[in-house]
Amino acid sequence: MISEIFSITFITGLIGATMRMATPIIFATLGEILTERSGVLNLGIEGTMLMGAMTGFLITLNSGSLLTGVIAAALVGMILSLLMAFLSVYLGLSQHVSGLGITLFSTGLAMFIYRLHFGSPIVPPTVEPFKQVAIPFLSKIPVLGPSLFTQYGLTYLSWLLIPVISVILYRTKLGLKIRTVGENPFAADTAGVNVNLTRTLSLAAGGALIGIGGAFLTLAHQNMFLIDVIGGRGWVSIAMVIFGNWDPLKGAIGAVIFGFLDGLQLRLQGLGIQVPFHVFLMIPYIITIIALVGVSRKATVPESLLKPYRREEKSG
Amino acid sequence: MIGLKIIKRKPLPRWAKIIIPLCAILATLILSAIPILIARGNLWKSYYYLFYGALGTRYNLLETFVKASPLIFTGLAVAFAFRAKFWNIGAEGQLLAGALMATWVGINFTGIPKFFLLPIVIISGFIAGGIWASIPAILKTKLKVDDVVSTLLLNYVMIHIMGTLLFGPLQQPGSSWPRSSGILEAARYPMLLARSRFHLGIPLAFLAVLIIWFINNKTIFGYQSKAVGVNIKAAHFGGINTTSVILKTALISGGLAGLAGVGELCAIHYHLLMDISPGYGYSGIVIAMLGNLHPIGVLFASFFFSIVLVGAHTMSRMTGVPTYIAEVIQGMALIIMLIFLLLTEYKIRVVRK
Amino acid sequence: MANNKKPIIEMRSIVKRFLDVTANRNINFTLFPGEICALLGENGAGKTTLMNILFGYYSCDEGEIYIKGEKVKLSSPKDAISRGVGMIHQHFTLVPSQTVLENIIIGMDDEKGIFLDLKSARVKLLRLQERFGLKIDPEAKVWTLSIGEKQKVEILKALYRDVDILIMDEPTAVLAPSETEELFKTLKSLVREGKSVIFISHKLNEVMEISDRIIVLRNGEVMAEKKTSETNTKELANLMVGRDILERVKRKKVSLGKPVLEVNELTVLNDKGLKAVKKVNLVVRENEIVGIAGVSGNGQRELSEVLFGLREPVEGTIKINGKLLRTGSPITAIKMRIGRVPEDRIETGLMMDLSVEENMILENHISPNFHNKGLINFRNIHHFSDVLIEEYNIKTAGRNAVTKSLSGGNLQKLILSRELDGKPNLVVASQPTRGLDVGAMEYIHQRILKEKERGAAVILISEDLDEIFTISDRIMVMYEGEVMGDISIEKASREQIGLLMSGVKK
Repeated sequence: MISEIFSITFITGLIGATMRMATPIIFATLGEILTERSGVLNLGIEGTMLMGAMTGFLITLNSGSLLTGVIAAALVGMILSLLMAFLSVYLGLSQHVSGLGITLFSTGLAMFIYRLHFGSPIVPPTVEPFKQVAIPFLSKIPVLGPSLFTQYGLTYLSWLLIPVISVILYRTKLGLKIRTVGENPFAADTAGVNVNLTRTLSLAAGGALIGIGGAFLTLAHQNMFLIDVIGGRGWVSIAMVIFGNWDPLKGAIGAVIFGFLDGLQLRLQGLGIQVPFHVFLMIPYIITIIALVGVSRKATVPESLLKPYRREEKSG
Repeated sequence: MIGLKIIKRKPLPRWAKIIIPLCAILATLILSAIPILIARGNLWKSYYYLFYGALGTRYNLLETFVKASPLIFTGLAVAFAFRAKFWNIGAEGQLLAGALMATWVGINFTGIPKFFLLPIVIISGFIAGGIWASIPAILKTKLKVDDVVSTLLLNYVMIHIMGTLLFGPLQQPGSSWPRSSGILEAARYPMLLARSRFHLGIPLAFLAVLIIWFINNKTIFGYQSKAVGVNIKAAHFGGINTTSVILKTALISGGLAGLAGVGELCAIHYHLLMDISPGYGYSGIVIAMLGNLHPIGVLFASFFFSIVLVGAHTMSRMTGVPTYIAEVIQGMALIIMLIFLLLTEYKIRVVRK
Repeated sequence: MANNKKPIIEMRSIVKRFLDVTANRNINFTLFPGEICALLGENGAGKTTLMNILFGYYSCDEGEIYIKGEKVKLSSPKDAISRGVGMIHQHFTLVPSQTVLENIIIGMDDEKGIFLDLKSARVKLLRLQERFGLKIDPEAKVWTLSIGEKQKVEILKALYRDVDILIMDEPTAVLAPSETEELFKTLKSLVREGKSVIFISHKLNEVMEISDRIIVLRNGEVMAEKKTSETNTKELANLMVGRDILERVKRKKVSLGKPVLEVNELTVLNDKGLKAVKKVNLVVRENEIVGIAGVSGNGQRELSEVLFGLREPVEGTIKINGKLLRTGSPITAIKMRIGRVPEDRIETGLMMDLSVEENMILENHISPNFHNKGLINFRNIHHFSDVLIEEYNIKTAGRNAVTKSLSGGNLQKLILSRELDGKPNLVVASQPTRGLDVGAMEYIHQRILKEKERGAAVILISEDLDEIFTISDRIMVMYEGEVMGDISIEKASREQIGLLMSGVKK
């Protein structure tokens, strides 16, 4: 069995699976990092991913175009996050409560719309999913070629987004605004930055990415929509944001590690190891918790996270 | 450019605190017309069957109570935790832990009369749920791990623990489904009213509401957990052992969720199944928030939910509107309630800038 | 010097109301170009509110604002800044984890492009530093800077935006005397370069020293407008407070008792792991008030936190009445009968959303008086709260009133009532009158003196030198984690203390 684990096919398959399974988490984690850096915790992430998954699937089925589906998913993600912005930024409601409310609402909504549209067919509808794309040259490299460089377009996009989001956050004016709002909104406000607008934009951008992450699961990874298609990946992304100390690259690394564990457990099952398969399913979650224990002591949380910002109402 | 301005308003009289949530529920029911119409259901027929299905016959009414029972428990569990700002999103896992423990006790403790076995099953389910909730509490107080994430992740861990056991040692011999053997007759909740499923769990749930209300308002511990929830720094300054308070809160919260699980096992299914809970733990969160974290509020919110849930099935059968409208209505109710609660403290002005 | 030029700022008939309070009543305010105009008044008079309106942070309910002769409507600081008005608030608007440069260029959108142009920003900043004599390393992280340096960053931040009018809100509150001198030099150079300054303060001596013109506010109204050269502190004090004498508190000399607090070689680390308190020794006896003067940031917070039980020292011991104090435990401090008045009363000491009563019983809710086997005895608690509200004259709708409805002075009275009711052995008061008006200040000073006369040992940690001199029996100074001097009030002089506060050892 050890020899099987170290065989080329196993490793190639594992690397490929790692990247595949990490993709939705990378999207969601990057989106959530943008949002949390501005001081908002978006617990609507799980429900938003589900709506993204459902919407992407529905629109693709009806339009025949995968790209349209992805765009629709991004739009839906944005709309839900704007709702979150309205509740938590403008109205100043508890971020925990608003986010959870949106997840629960979106979950119900996604199922409602799906059921409305498709009823309860015995054979669930499917779409023609994305195909994996081989990068010329690189895909010929042994081991890495067929695994790392033969992936879905969306996966390549997620990799590209890592430096893009980093640059935005650390080298642009908008990024400085986001970071300042997240650390000291009073400083930003008195320097002329519109705090609420900045948070809203971060939420919207984050929401779009989260929606795309959800759509990946129904348009690439699988080709149908099931009620548990997200399976907790939204929450895992929240954990990855903490694990990555709110940095895009580190958060993405966390996502890849989770993808690795997810892919590993699937493959180990296939090797016929005599351990019940549910134990394998547990492993990624337990390791995530352990990882959080490791980082939580030194985490540098954005100072204004969870605090709504209102101009002081005290008198002189 | 127009914008919104939020201005503090003068405190409203006491009766407003009760009227406002009721208005929110009313607004929700009215706004529910939107999804109904989108589903091309007949509006009046839908409303009629929603309420008839939940309250129209003796059986329906009692079913509504039956469905409310686990919701009251998880709602209380979440409300009790949230009040201390212990963000327990793990009620689902704690529910399963309770059910799991109750299964083990309920199958193996043979030869004990119901009078003794039932309390043992109930208490052990409570303890199991409590212990499962204490893990994230310890992680939070000692290791600063975020409770939202840890309680959530543990839900999935518990599901898989259950899966491991149900495909393994707990599996009913001879079955290929992931389900346990049936629990002993002595472990089953008695049915209290004939020709219905109205079981012991329901008065237990009402009792739990009273007990939690009592703890919150009449005991030192209730004061301490409220203080911790309002300002943990000040509570610590004032000499309250915040770690101990959070831990105890978690134990009680998890225990309540565990009781929801015990009820579903011992009164409804009699076997442990993978999908013994259709998300009661998560519904508990919405219920807790709808009830503004108050035990009586939780009671009313649970019934609102239960009416919508039970009624939606009848509505669906008669009008073709998908049953998921229940979740949509519940989600809308929450958002509307949040906005209405905000309006008790602030006025919203539209300003021209 | 102010000429007879046209005013550069005019605020006419400004009215600003909050929920149940009118903070500004029909205020007229003018600023002439090239002058330093002081806005004088005690805490709560409405000075900050008025300037926040000028800065666009608040909107006024009535009135008009003219900047450089033009009528303006300001809806946010962005508008004010674009018209040349900058404000440096009392609480610093800096992000500690970012660099000086990043803090300064935040929100500057005028240059095209989406990327930060740190190179040209640095050049512009260095040029400004040269021009105004404010030298700070642009790459330094703000958390490493001293308070005086942080203030310089704030000034540079405003200058970077080409403001012509600079509003400074209580800038000297956090400065040592030597740093105050430097600040005044900076302000003078700003004026030389053509800027105008509005200087908000409640400190009479400083206002007399630096300003050209003084506008006095009291209770939201303008009391007077005077040329500095034509008035004096006595007249100003009168206008500010409405009475002749500033404070009527009388310090009595009482014979000292035995030592209550004995601090031995205490060393404490701050949140960053650096030594904030270095081998401090001090003794406080019954019937005495020891005042620890010093600008914030020299270890006072860490010292007080150890005494409160919120922080553990790495070295040293503390004894209360001869018994060793177990550190790091608030409940131990309470049981050892230490009355604790924290620096940040809202964040650390109060639960603002709960009722007055619920805050009053915070520390003694487990006393047998208030509960019976875990069940709350409401009658006793209600009685307890009513008595305290009466005794301490706390202005509130009642014990059930929500705590956040109380004014600053009454919040502090609430805390005092809670802490002093048990007749503590030791009272530790950290910045007890910060942000409070003279009336509340007086009450608190009287109360503290009463405690001393009753037999308590009192340690008063304060940035306010007037306060220290008013009620202390002995004065020490805390500077960079060390406690210097131990001078009895009869022998102490302000110059001497001022020097110690700047680190000059005698």
